[in-house]
Amino acid sequence: MKRSALPWLLSAALAVAGAALHAQPVSKIKIGLVSTLSGPNGALGEDIRDAFNLAISLNEGKLGGIPVEVVIGDDQFKPDVGKQLFERMVKRDKVDFMTGVVFSNIMLAGLPEAANEKVFYISPNAAPSPLAGKDCNPFFFVASWPNDAYHEMAGQYATNRGVKTAYLLAPNYQAGKDSLAGFKRFFKGKVVNEVYTKLGQLDYSAELAEIRAAKPEVMYAFLPGGMGVNFIKQFVAAGLNKDIRLLLPGFGADQDISRGVGEVMLGINDTAHWALDLNNAANKRFVAEFEKAYKRLPTVYAAQGYDTALILDAAIRSVKGSINDKDALRKALREVKFDSVRGAFRFNTNHYPIQNYYLREVKKDAQGRLVNLLASPQPIMANHGDAYVQDCAMR
Amino acid sequence: MTWILFLEQALNGLQFGLMLFLLASGLTLVFGVMDMINLAHGALYMVGAFLAAWLVQLTQSFLLGVLLAIPLTALFAMAMELTLLRTLYARDHMSQVLATFSLILIINEGVRMIWGTDMPLPMPSVLSGPVELLPGLYYPSYRLVIIAVGLVLAALLYLAVAHTRAGAWVRAGASNREMAMAMGVNIKALFTLVFGLGAALCAVAGALLGPLLAVQVGMGESILILAFVVIVIGGIGSIWGAFVGSLLVGFVDTFGRTLMPALLREVFPPQVAGAAGPAFASILVYLLMAVVLFVRPQGLFARR
Repeated sequence: MKRSALPWLLSAALAVAGAALHAQPVSKIKIGLVSTLSGPNGALGEDIRDAFNLAISLNEGKLGGIPVEVVIGDDQFKPDVGKQLFERMVKRDKVDFMTGVVFSNIMLAGLPEAANEKVFYISPNAAPSPLAGKDCNPFFFVASWPNDAYHEMAGQYATNRGVKTAYLLAPNYQAGKDSLAGFKRFFKGKVVNEVYTKLGQLDYSAELAEIRAAKPEVMYAFLPGGMGVNFIKQFVAAGLNKDIRLLLPGFGADQDISRGVGEVMLGINDTAHWALDLNNAANKRFVAEFEKAYKRLPTVYAAQGYDTALILDAAIRSVKGSINDKDALRKALREVKFDSVRGAFRFNTNHYPIQNYYLREVKKDAQGRLVNLLASPQPIMANHGDAYVQDCAMR
Repeated sequence: MTWILFLEQALNGLQFGLMLFLLASGLTLVFGVMDMINLAHGALYMVGAFLAAWLVQLTQSFLLGVLLAIPLTALFAMAMELTLLRTLYARDHMSQVLATFSLILIINEGVRMIWGTDMPLPMPSVLSGPVELLPGLYYPSYRLVIIAVGLVLAALLYLAVAHTRAGAWVRAGASNREMAMAMGVNIKALFTLVFGLGAALCAVAGALLGPLLAVQVGMGESILILAFVVIVIGGIGSIWGAFVGSLLVGFVDTFGRTLMPALLREVFPPQVAGAAGPAFASILVYLLMAVVLFVRPQGLFARR
């Protein structure tokens, strides 16, 4: 009995020692942030980066009570550059977490570099459908919204309004395909045409001519950043806004787009999980502090970047800084409780959020600025997840 | 496809083609007259756009800003020719490619240091709406202005090259440089002049396209590739070739982008057609170039 118990005891002791070693709180946390920080789409990454940094500085430079260093890289809107930055930050800089990427194609290129080295990636934006379903990843968490969600809401809203015909346009990449699939999932009218353009395309003259000829009731365009600014400007310059109603996803009509496009944005509806005037204490503080620090209003990208830092803060706090025990850390992330600027938030089993989505409208504020505010405090859908969670093996 | 749609797409193709022509004409002259491969031609387009954006901001006038940007870009290019590129004429093409490629990187970073990665260049508000050309055919007025400017410049360039003495020197230089020199043409001054002219045309294209696209670092590279396609199709050194080549590329790209997905939709399910259409459309231009190279390796209107 004694003899046979000895190895057990030994290994148990070793395991405890090992766990204790793992469970040591770290004295410093390093986070790698790769994002698109230059070019026509650079404003998106800047909002994520600035809001992420804001959350840390409001926290006195700490997350979960531990000092933080953020390493920042510009992916230049190129997947290969993004992948290299991921590799360098994970292998050379030895970061503890990765985050930051705007575009799904770049994130998908970089993610394996982090996940294969057991480094958690908390996504402040890109949330492609494969990673929600069959390719779901234990090291991947989404602090934003599933790629389809805004578009599902737009489709639902169009259905609610009794829209009969819609024309869809998106860039030809994963998020573009997800977006139009999402719109069609809840749109009961007829999709006149579904067009995919080159990612990063800036001249839409040929597409606009076709839209004019097709005469849809609603034009739904998934075009982030500079692509959206150019599309809407050209849409208006072609006079299409007189007969065709433009419906956009949240990031497509946000403050950054309105600044570029101008007055014609007034009255345009969009769908999002967050708005400047969403009524909760965390959001009021965030909007005020962001404007104070950066002299501009935050966008959904900023809200997502801010929440990403808050999620890390709460999870690191709940494991008391022992971030090297990856399983405990994952458990803490899955059950994370924090005051999100969007209100109620929880992770689904596939690490994608379950949350509310709202209809918003571009209005003018007291200072005459174009701002995107809630069209109604009632969500289009409440506690909405995604359509892929049942394909994910994580439970 | 209805007539209205066809006409509108034809205008779009024309507009794109004319802007390409402004770039390609300078490129083809520099290549043809000086036998010099100038990869930094796209960088001049970018410099022109940034100068225009900056000057429009300073003068608060779109017209004035653009008009000032054109000679400034030409001066910048002529200074570049006098100090740097002149030493490269005697070298082989590989050295020229390497040197002008490094110029792209230097100019890109220089612009980034002076103005940042991008600059706003708003469209003049009088031109921001559409015009009804025919009943039911609305077209953005700004694009019409671009077409008009492009046509006028193309005509002027044709007259200058075909009917003036300086134009005769350029044509002589393009067909046989040594002989032109032997006949007493001041080739050095001619080179500087041609280079400045090419840069001025670049600046026009950059300043006019700025409000439609975006004024940003790196904007020259993607369009430079198409400009090279144009001069390969048209024949090196030929203005007429650059004109025909530009319009061909403009039309093929515009119609390809809309017709290819439509054609594929007839054969394949929408999912496949939607994904394959844009991919096919983007290679059409290069397919056209390959066919031209196969049938007429010297280009459609080659001088030599």
